[in-house]
Amino acid sequence: MAGNSDLDVAYVARLARINLTEDEAKIFQKQLDDVLKYVEKLRQLDVTGIDAATHGLPVFNVFREDATRDWFTSDQALSNAPRQANGLFVVPKVVE
Amino acid sequence: MIGNESTAMSIADLQSLLRRREVSPREVIDALRERIEAVDGDIGAYLSLGIEAAMKEAEHANVDLPLGGVPIAIKDIINVLDQPCTCASKILNGYRAPYDATVVQKLRAAGAIPFGKTNLDEFAMGSSTENSALKSTRNPWDLSRVPGGSSGGSAAAVAADEAFGALGSDTGGSIRQPAALCGVVGLKPTYGRVSRFGLVAFASSLDQIGPVTKTVGDAALIMNAIAGHDPQDSTSLNELVPDYVASLGNDLRGVRLGVPKEYMIEGIDPQVRAAIDAAVKQLNSLGAEIIEVSLPNTQYAVAVYYIIATAEASANLARFDGVRYGYRAENPKDVLDLYGRTREEGFGREVKRRIILGTYVLSSGYYDAYYLRAQKVRELIRRDFASAFEKVDALISPTSPVAAFKLGERVADPLQMYLADIFTIAANLAGICGISIPCGFAELNGHRLPIGLQLLGKPLDEARILQIAHAYEQSTDWHKARPPIASNQALL
Repeated sequence: MAGNSDLDVAYVARLARINLTEDEAKIFQKQLDDVLKYVEKLRQLDVTGIDAATHGLPVFNVFREDATRDWFTSDQALSNAPRQANGLFVVPKVVE
Repeated sequence: MIGNESTAMSIADLQSLLRRREVSPREVIDALRERIEAVDGDIGAYLSLGIEAAMKEAEHANVDLPLGGVPIAIKDIINVLDQPCTCASKILNGYRAPYDATVVQKLRAAGAIPFGKTNLDEFAMGSSTENSALKSTRNPWDLSRVPGGSSGGSAAAVAADEAFGALGSDTGGSIRQPAALCGVVGLKPTYGRVSRFGLVAFASSLDQIGPVTKTVGDAALIMNAIAGHDPQDSTSLNELVPDYVASLGNDLRGVRLGVPKEYMIEGIDPQVRAAIDAAVKQLNSLGAEIIEVSLPNTQYAVAVYYIIATAEASANLARFDGVRYGYRAENPKDVLDLYGRTREEGFGREVKRRIILGTYVLSSGYYDAYYLRAQKVRELIRRDFASAFEKVDALISPTSPVAAFKLGERVADPLQMYLADIFTIAANLAGICGISIPCGFAELNGHRLPIGLQLLGKPLDEARILQIAHAYEQSTDWHKARPPIASNQALL
């Protein structure tokens, strides 16, 4: 159910893996239509020949030494997992 | 012994007491704890304290180090070893940080004691701290008003003397705007000046950690500790760090300050405008030359920001899926149900809105019209600043077009909330540094509400804006004013 823009909140929410109630989708649709209407003002500008800025101060080709170092143990890495067993994260079955 | 009232002192003053052994680091933590117990029920600045860990560190603190024995509050989006890092979100329920952020390591190396995690808008998305899923934070100057955001807990804690200083993070104004609304100092460093390693990422090309303090000198002290290159953050800049404290205290003769003509727009509160005009005159009387400059493309900054920041957020927040840490929805029937319900139940509305918008502007068919165009306009904004800085050393503007607004006033209209950051956002897009300092008060219904002056500086020119801010601060009394909650507080 799209509003005044091309954005279909219910569809994009599924892409973003966020379940929404119908009410929430309706509220977001109106609010995000307003935001998209506001950002329309960018179309007033001529950006022909302008490079796209990815960072205010770009840094290129940052390398580090390819060497081992101390970092988390697997116990530490698993310590915040909602479910874990045998040194692994446990999730519902993915492949039948 | 240090009384409750003494928690109002600056870090610099606290350090002299500590170094003269007139007070011990443990007594300082104790005094803060008492102050927090007395006022935080009203203010709501803290999400957790970690008193035992802080007390243990206080025992071994070396007070002769640059920040020796000084407790620093940390915005709860920065990892502190073994402490929660909630990002004020339900989705990080139960998470404990398995490591220290680089800034926290650096603070510890300078002798500071991380003490207390402060409230924020969920994942730093907001301008009022009302988007916290965990707690409501109130402005110490008027408890019916917001502290600003997203680092509202850090700013309110410092303003209410529940902290000597704090760290915040600033993606579109999240240090400077709450500092302005709470009447304290807030510095957003140049992008790359301070490591982001251990800061939970919201918009990686915009995020930057910085200090929230009572004085400009204290901001310089914290910057001395946290600035510098970090191999763990590939965007951190490998540039020499000056001594920010040593750069303070100069007069302003020969300094050229630019007033962007586009920034004195309609919609600025008349009391804010009057305070900024007076501050410009004051800076002029201290020797600075005032020059009008133009930043024609900054009017597009909010629009650019809400495309780029949401796009980056939609990617960064994909990691919160209920698998490796934090909240997981109960009894998922399959893995898609696990993702969809974990994120539905774990994220608040503003976070969902931004992820959806960010996913949309990056999606096939819309990428060029939104994201690519926004990046090009970002380049135009960056060039505006570069050409202005050919003529001036720093720029002056209000930090926020209005003083603190009422709790609830803007929550129903996200666009109105977004426009609260109209003067701060462009600095993040251009990667430059900025500071907000107190410059007066608005009188509203019998309450005095702080007004913030923003100074924007060239990339890596933090020393210059600190110098200008310090000279202004020392010529005024605004930073000495305390909110009514402080003076009403009974002592021991």
